Amino acid sequence: MKKTLFDKVWDSHVVRSLKNGPDVLFIDRHMVHEVTSPVAFLGLKKRNIKVLFPERTFATADHNTPTIDQHLPVKDKLSHNQLQALEKNSKDHQIPFWGLGHEKNGIVHVIGPEYGITLPGATIVCGDSHTSTHGAFGSIAFGIGTSEVEMVLSTQCIMQTKPKKMRININGSLSIGVTPKDVALYIISKMTTSGATGHFVEYSGNIFTQMSMEGRMTVCNLSIEMGARGGMIAPDEKTFNYIKGREFAPKGKNWVDAMKFWKTLSTDKGAEFDKEFYFDGSEIEPMITYGTNPGMGMGISGGIPLCNDSNGGGESFRKSLNYMKYSEGDHMIGKKIDYVFLGSCTNGRIEDFRAFSKIVKGRKKSDNVTAWLVPGSHKVEKAIKDEGILEILNDAGFELREPGCSACLAMNDDKIPPGKYAVSTSNRNFEGRQGPGSRTILASPLVAAAAAVTGKISDPRKFL
Amino acid sequence: MAYDKFKILNSTVVPMPIENVDTDQIIPARFLKATERKGFGDNLFRDWRYDSNNLPIKDFVLNNKNYSGKILVGGKNFGSGSSREHAAWAIYDYGFRCVISSFFADIFRNNCMNIGVLPVQVKPEFLENIFEEVNKDPQAEILVNLPDQFVEIKSTGNRSKFEINEYKKENLLNGFDDIDYLINIKSEIINFSKSTPL
Repeated sequence: MKKTLFDKVWDSHVVRSLKNGPDVLFIDRHMVHEVTSPVAFLGLKKRNIKVLFPERTFATADHNTPTIDQHLPVKDKLSHNQLQALEKNSKDHQIPFWGLGHEKNGIVHVIGPEYGITLPGATIVCGDSHTSTHGAFGSIAFGIGTSEVEMVLSTQCIMQTKPKKMRININGSLSIGVTPKDVALYIISKMTTSGATGHFVEYSGNIFTQMSMEGRMTVCNLSIEMGARGGMIAPDEKTFNYIKGREFAPKGKNWVDAMKFWKTLSTDKGAEFDKEFYFDGSEIEPMITYGTNPGMGMGISGGIPLCNDSNGGGESFRKSLNYMKYSEGDHMIGKKIDYVFLGSCTNGRIEDFRAFSKIVKGRKKSDNVTAWLVPGSHKVEKAIKDEGILEILNDAGFELREPGCSACLAMNDDKIPPGKYAVSTSNRNFEGRQGPGSRTILASPLVAAAAAVTGKISDPRKFL
Repeated sequence: MAYDKFKILNSTVVPMPIENVDTDQIIPARFLKATERKGFGDNLFRDWRYDSNNLPIKDFVLNNKNYSGKILVGGKNFGSGSSREHAAWAIYDYGFRCVISSFFADIFRNNCMNIGVLPVQVKPEFLENIFEEVNKDPQAEILVNLPDQFVEIKSTGNRSKFEINEYKKENLLNGFDDIDYLINIKSEIINFSKSTPL
């Protein structure tokens, strides 16, 4: 039978299938962070069991962590408790723990690939919906809830009904100023926030094969924003070159064996998908969102759709625009903004800082803008310094913060104040996502940079 | 974690005819800092329920005394966004045992079933019927029957079947969870792990 990439990885991990029920799926790698794990560890304690495979489990602190003065004790008592709980739980169960201050610390979805934990053909889960990021390597990676975290800690398995399969094909060539983030926001604007619910997506076409690994991660990261459980891209030479030599990647004979397996990981010709979509890459503009879900996006030069011709439905669409204090038909270009956030598991990698610095180089940060530039990990932070990007940023009036999830979900002190507008390279523009009352405009690092130097929504193509 | 068994629920409902209700609205991230599963109901829909001075926002449905019950009825694409199970915990802790919508986000649906909240997906027209009935009479009752897999608007007798896989249904009826099942096949899992390439 002809199989898709997704079938190949899924089927090879099924321990057993229940009749009219879910599959018992074996999980190769489990990433753990401080927010969604403490109750799962409590569950293990109640059952008096240990983590079954600590060597397949990795823990890092990211959601709660401050992004300045990380060497000092965490002031917020609740955050402090949660970070301590993760450290203690990791120690009790002999799980590798990369907490605050550790050289490998960073956002869970940034460090997984950086250290070769993320591998093609692997099943990867984490109590975080953006686990889909790791699909960029041809792995099945998806976010899970705390009960499921407890399942994986205790048995290295999860019970899941096999999702349906979707393929999104994009060919053509991307115009100048169009980044992987724009490709993803374009797809979501076409699919809506629920268009891929119940499906696992494979991205296919030359747009994706030509993308860097960082770019593929950005695209797969945002799969969840159209409701998909995850997204994946078939591994190729670019993937193998990225992984080779990384700390947890297979070595020697194991590498040779792994390569044999990885080279089988592509969709067979003629394999069937439940749904298939085709888009033209050359039609994609730099994108921007105007509403309160990631599906409410458009080309930056366009106008906000009218309430009656949107996908969102009249009442909910109006509620959304009312929250943003925007009107239907408004053009986004020229709208004043207050904050810029560069970072997150979506756009907190080195390539994103390179893109941002390309536009701010030789220019100055606008006085009315507060900018938070947060690397996804210490490794990214180091590359920013090594490549001379920090100097460019500093010269333009920007400062670099320390790694973490930061203002993406504002669990730490990095909160956008009520009523303020933030151009963010993160993944969600939900009401209050970046702080109570905050208004988020999602965009690429290039659009964020153009906004940071002008103080308003600006077309990045004018600066390239 | 074990939870109460779910069989038949007969209750008034809380209507929330809003689409794309995401988990950041159900429980904002700043309330995810607990290390135990306690007190999440207080912060259910926090920023829709209370203003910046922590005063109840009058026109939000949870602050409207006309509406109460163990069933929350939401618009299409309920529970999208983050994987935080805290959203399902907050719904449970507040007192809901069932959420009805015309469409659920995947992770939220799984999270609900794992803690004993039944997500019931009905056709958009049936969802509209519920909203209309409750609009006419806030005391209108809805019957949710898990063994026979249907939901009924009591005042009109209008019924709709719903889908649930047999395994999950058994779990909910008996208060079992997946970990009980998985722990029982641990030796099979350990054997399987030896054959995995990665």
